[in-house]
Amino acid sequence: MTIIPRPAAASELRQLVRPDRVHRSVYADPAIFALEMERIFGRAWLFVGHESQVAKPGDFYCTRLGRQPVIMVRGGDGAVRVLHNRCTHRGAEVCTEEKGSARHFRCGYHGWTFGTDGRLVSVPRKEGYDAAFDGETKALGLAPVARMDAYRGFVFASLAADGTALLDFLGPVKLSFDDFVDRAPDGEIEVAGGIFKHYYEGNWKLYIENVNDLMHPRYVHESSIDTASRQSRDAATDGAGDIAVRQMIQNGVLAQIWDRVGVWALPNGHSYMGDYHDDKRLLGDNADPVFAAYRRALEARHGPARAKEILGVSLFNTIVYPNLTFMSQFRQLRVIHPLSAGRTEVHVLSFRLKGAPERMFHDTVRFANAINSPASQILTDDLEIYRRIRDGLANEAPEWLHIGRGAGRDRADGPATVGDHGTSEIHIRNQFQSWLDYMVNP
Amino acid sequence: MSPPDADAMSGASVSAETRDAIDTLLQREAALLDERRYEDWLALYAADAWYWVPHRPGQTSPRDEVSLFYDDRMLMETRVRRLMTAIAHAETPRTRTSRVVSRAAVAPSAEAGCDFVAAAKFVMIEYRLNGQHLYGGTSHFGIRRAGDGFAIAWKRVDLVNAEGTHEPMSVPF
Repeated sequence: MTIIPRPAAASELRQLVRPDRVHRSVYADPAIFALEMERIFGRAWLFVGHESQVAKPGDFYCTRLGRQPVIMVRGGDGAVRVLHNRCTHRGAEVCTEEKGSARHFRCGYHGWTFGTDGRLVSVPRKEGYDAAFDGETKALGLAPVARMDAYRGFVFASLAADGTALLDFLGPVKLSFDDFVDRAPDGEIEVAGGIFKHYYEGNWKLYIENVNDLMHPRYVHESSIDTASRQSRDAATDGAGDIAVRQMIQNGVLAQIWDRVGVWALPNGHSYMGDYHDDKRLLGDNADPVFAAYRRALEARHGPARAKEILGVSLFNTIVYPNLTFMSQFRQLRVIHPLSAGRTEVHVLSFRLKGAPERMFHDTVRFANAINSPASQILTDDLEIYRRIRDGLANEAPEWLHIGRGAGRDRADGPATVGDHGTSEIHIRNQFQSWLDYMVNP
Repeated sequence: MSPPDADAMSGASVSAETRDAIDTLLQREAALLDERRYEDWLALYAADAWYWVPHRPGQTSPRDEVSLFYDDRMLMETRVRRLMTAIAHAETPRTRTSRVVSRAAVAPSAEAGCDFVAAAKFVMIEYRLNGQHLYGGTSHFGIRRAGDGFAIAWKRVDLVNAEGTHEPMSVPF
């Protein structure tokens, strides 16, 4: 049931997206947002968490699917489940900690108790119910999400019972997850080092449109590029400043370099971009004994040829539509949680490559602080731009936003389409094709 | 790198004169941030100083866990110089702050490069673009004798909402 009048007719929705334009209402209209929550976030495979976050039976991690609170938990039987965080009695959340380990979840309201597999295991003073209630308890466990599946440890769930399988949904973007995991000498990665959480004033789509927008760094990040470029390298650093300053400087690479970086648009709205880094301290340099030790560990597992192949993959941001983006090479993953048309919450996870020297993880932490902290000198300038877009789009005229950079010049490249130049807005146009697919096919 | 508790900060023997001098230093540190006199603020810090805002209460290291801020001296310099430019979008228009810092508790320190450790509670109101935010917590400082006075060797800020979901942060606490 819906109480908000909205343009639900396919013909009306189709009018909002043109080959090189998109209508302001897709970012600004609460009715469109409500429809997105139902038709996109209510159906797509959404990233929940990583299996390493629930390594042992009883481990749980609370997060959201779209706007719905869920628990990812490993049951006593070793299976990972994604359950709606809601007591089946009177509706209260049963798990109030973000993470931890539990033997069961007991609702604080009337003591209904659920196993880590979701089963309702006890109801106090059951004699208050008819005998038939015993037969009902089986159906009163914590509700599992409609579907869940995992790819290489990344757990996804869908709130819709029907739809494409996870592997088909991911399609060629699977390669980017492979790149992430294959880099670990032990063949496994784990979430580590804490999760950043921040809000911004703007639509959820702005974030995933921005991360593969290679035209923006020179303008949005001018202040950090400029300041870092002038920073004296004689100042004391324990590594934190060194990594952060190097990354800030990298954002200032020449326009010609950005244009040589590929952006590949993939089926279902996904995309990834090539890498633009040439700073060897950030990328890993054989002259660095820590990186050399890492490389040897990778070679010991896979042999030199395969190790070279793994390290030769050069990707920066990957986007899994609608709300996941990660950096396999820099071991960062961001989940975009829409709150309303004009407000969004972002969670950032860092990963450790198992079997790699611990200093590589220290570098991951430094990199995370530099680019993903709510106080990042880089990120905060992006967030301010999202806010300006939100406020700018309060204007009802002009009605259209332009997404035509590079339009008409895309080329097929296997299962992907590659932009004519790195600063093409191909990934935004690709996202809106998927947006329409979800929105007009209820 | 856990901060000392209240007991450790109370019974210690520090001369009234030293305690007052350090208290004055910390009041000045806060005032300079409110006045956006960042070069003067940096000058209160040692050449090997660090500034740390952990991402959760009880965090013991900035190395293997993320931090809201973990700036070594190099990054402290970059950060405040960016704040002083006219081209940082997040600071256009600028953030205005007003903070109240409690009288400092001061205890001797056995830590290398530190003669004293000081603790103070703070409340900071931050305003920008019709948005006003309230921050609060406890700051700990490593204090080093320097010439006739003192330098700040490190500052650790434990926000009461460290692990919460944050609005974008621009200026140091």
